[in-house]
Amino acid sequence: MAIVPKSNDVMTETQPLNIAAIAKDVLFTAILAFLILGPILGLKTFAITGSLALEQRWGMVSVFVAIVAGGRLAYHLLVWNKPQAKPARAISMPTLPVMSFGKYIIPVVLLVAIFLPFLPGVDRRIVDLAILILTYIMLGWGLNIVVGLAGLLDLGYVAFYAVGAYAYALLATIYLPAWFGDGIVPWAFFITLPIAGILAALWGVILGFPVLRLRGDYLAIVTLAFGEIVRVVLINWSDFTGGPAGIGGIPRPSFFGLPFTDGEGGFAAFFGLDFKPIHRIIFLYYVILVLALFTNFVTMRLRRLPVGRAWEALREDEIACRSLGINTTSTKLTAFAIGAMFAGFAGSFFATRQGFVSPESFVFLESFIILAIVVLGGLGSQIGVVIAAIVIIGSFEVFRELNFLKAVMPAGFDPVQYRMLAVGAALVLIMRWKPRGFVTRREPSVILKEKKAIPTDLVAEGHG
Amino acid sequence: MSAAGQDVLLRVEHLTMRFGGLTAIGDLSFTAARNDITAIIGPNGAGKTTVFNCLTGFYKPTEGSVILTHEDGKQFLLERMDDFRISQRARVARTFQNIRLFAGMTVLENLMVAQHNTLMRASGFTVTGIFNSPTYVRANREAVEFSEYWLEKAGLVDRADDPAGELPYGDQRRLEIARAMCTKPVLLCLDEPAAGLNPRESEDLNRLLLDIRKEQEIAILLIEHDMSVVMGISDHIVVLDYGVKISDGSPAEVRNDPAVIRAYLGVEDEEEAEAVVESAVAAAAKKPARTKVAAKKLPARKKGARK
Repeated sequence: MAIVPKSNDVMTETQPLNIAAIAKDVLFTAILAFLILGPILGLKTFAITGSLALEQRWGMVSVFVAIVAGGRLAYHLLVWNKPQAKPARAISMPTLPVMSFGKYIIPVVLLVAIFLPFLPGVDRRIVDLAILILTYIMLGWGLNIVVGLAGLLDLGYVAFYAVGAYAYALLATIYLPAWFGDGIVPWAFFITLPIAGILAALWGVILGFPVLRLRGDYLAIVTLAFGEIVRVVLINWSDFTGGPAGIGGIPRPSFFGLPFTDGEGGFAAFFGLDFKPIHRIIFLYYVILVLALFTNFVTMRLRRLPVGRAWEALREDEIACRSLGINTTSTKLTAFAIGAMFAGFAGSFFATRQGFVSPESFVFLESFIILAIVVLGGLGSQIGVVIAAIVIIGSFEVFRELNFLKAVMPAGFDPVQYRMLAVGAALVLIMRWKPRGFVTRREPSVILKEKKAIPTDLVAEGHG
Repeated sequence: MSAAGQDVLLRVEHLTMRFGGLTAIGDLSFTAARNDITAIIGPNGAGKTTVFNCLTGFYKPTEGSVILTHEDGKQFLLERMDDFRISQRARVARTFQNIRLFAGMTVLENLMVAQHNTLMRASGFTVTGIFNSPTYVRANREAVEFSEYWLEKAGLVDRADDPAGELPYGDQRRLEIARAMCTKPVLLCLDEPAAGLNPRESEDLNRLLLDIRKEQEIAILLIEHDMSVVMGISDHIVVLDYGVKISDGSPAEVRNDPAVIRAYLGVEDEEEAEAVVESAVAAAAKKPARTKVAAKKLPARKKGARK
């Protein structure tokens, strides 16, 4: 509307209210609302034996028109009337606090993460949630290599997670005991972890080859298909994978050979502690924390190596890369392989934590959540992934806690069922507010004199 | 100054490139001498950029061969090599008509990416580099120093840590050339480096090119419309029209070649053509920039033939 103040007018004080103009605008809004809502809400047809009758609901229309007009008035008084001291480029403003804040927040978050299981008030439920969030952080960091750094949109990332999980499940339950005897079982996790990573990396290369020439949407579709193929194979190859029933009885990890059991030879007895089931949970927490930090450390190192710079250059401009003598084929394949390797690690952790794997755990929704974490955090940003994983996975869990809503809402209302809806709406709002994710700065990988962050509006998103 | 008798770096023989029924380059042969600046000129759509794309492997020529000879006698058949290997092994670098920088990376990072292959070897293909091996640390430091050397040449040291996408247009042009030089090429192909530059930026660019030519052991292949640049710095000019070579020789020879003037002025009538040629030759002899003015007046004559 004409009277909305231009956002680039720099005003330091509240403008005097233009009552006539506001009244005109609110009246116009009300008329518009009436014209739109009148026929939709005001008239309702219903069937009475053999014919149609018309019910008129003008009272309801007037309530809704009043809501619309009131909202418009509230906007005039509260939002558009605000003193506008900041210049027009509002979008880049919220990014600055995150960065300066980030300097202090990283050590704090790290300290909290290290001591989390021993903080007062932290019970098993919270440690379990932290394990879940850390798993997604690790997956997000792994996918960040492929999507954030190399700019290759991968919608089938969960396939590598599945490869890792099944690699551990099969090796630990069938093959390792058959080859080396049962004595190997407590060590299975530590032996299988690198194998799972290597297998997943191999599958990353296998996926990488056919999609080398694809870009953008086409790449996304093929990777999506790849993720589904892996899941469908897991369901149908019953002899090998156990089919839809999955694989159960996967050995839990031991504390470097000491099982978390009550009695002789267990972890608690060895260290002279009272046996508590939470010991295993805390151990799992530290395993995933170490794995996640390892992922982060490797990614940060790779970014400063020629291969990492080549990934980012590939995202910026593939043709320029080739003109500079960079083998784009091997560069893409290493991105796929290393990204997949971390998913393989995370997958075998998932298997040992759950003690059970089935194709149900590796549906497209998982790929979507991991990708949402990466995109929401800001492509290529490591700390962004942490924030986004906490927001998304945390908010899923918050819905489990909203039981008080059951008392207020009509019978049969279960807040858990609305979590995807609410998270979806939140994603839309966040992307509207911050289209390039939470962290919209790119850190340069090498510095001559002074470090300057790069605003992401200059950074390409990659086209496959 | 013809390339004949000199040390030949690049020999293009019977190069033909067809896109379906369209012949973008027809039976083109020319040579470029080591340490010379060879300019390829011609009206819009004459096939100049296609020649570059064939030389640098972005297109595979339909016929013909492109032979590059290093100083040590090693020969490369460029028409058979992958684009990235041409840069990696044969050491041919290029810039693009529409600048292709890594906009979201800093100026220094752009130059570091250009040294990818050297650094990759030093980092043990990432395996030892990830542990910060001394070899890699040293190579990395040397790469930064080498980048700094080229930043100084291009006058961009102060902007080293700024994102490349934020540089003004003229700086981006020079950065692209500096980036190409960071691959340590023996042949540098510049696709319209002066396009869209204002006179001062154009002067900075000329200075950089003359500097490269004076101090580096390198041959330059140049596509350019700006005749003051072409006539000012090139040793040897090849003129293309409709993908066919119409003239080849020193700037003075080319300037006076009636075929060139006809291609640029585009006169149909024979008598009229002669009259125009005479006056144009007289004018061009006085001041090289005149030819450019004439070319600018009729730039679109052969437009639309091809990209």
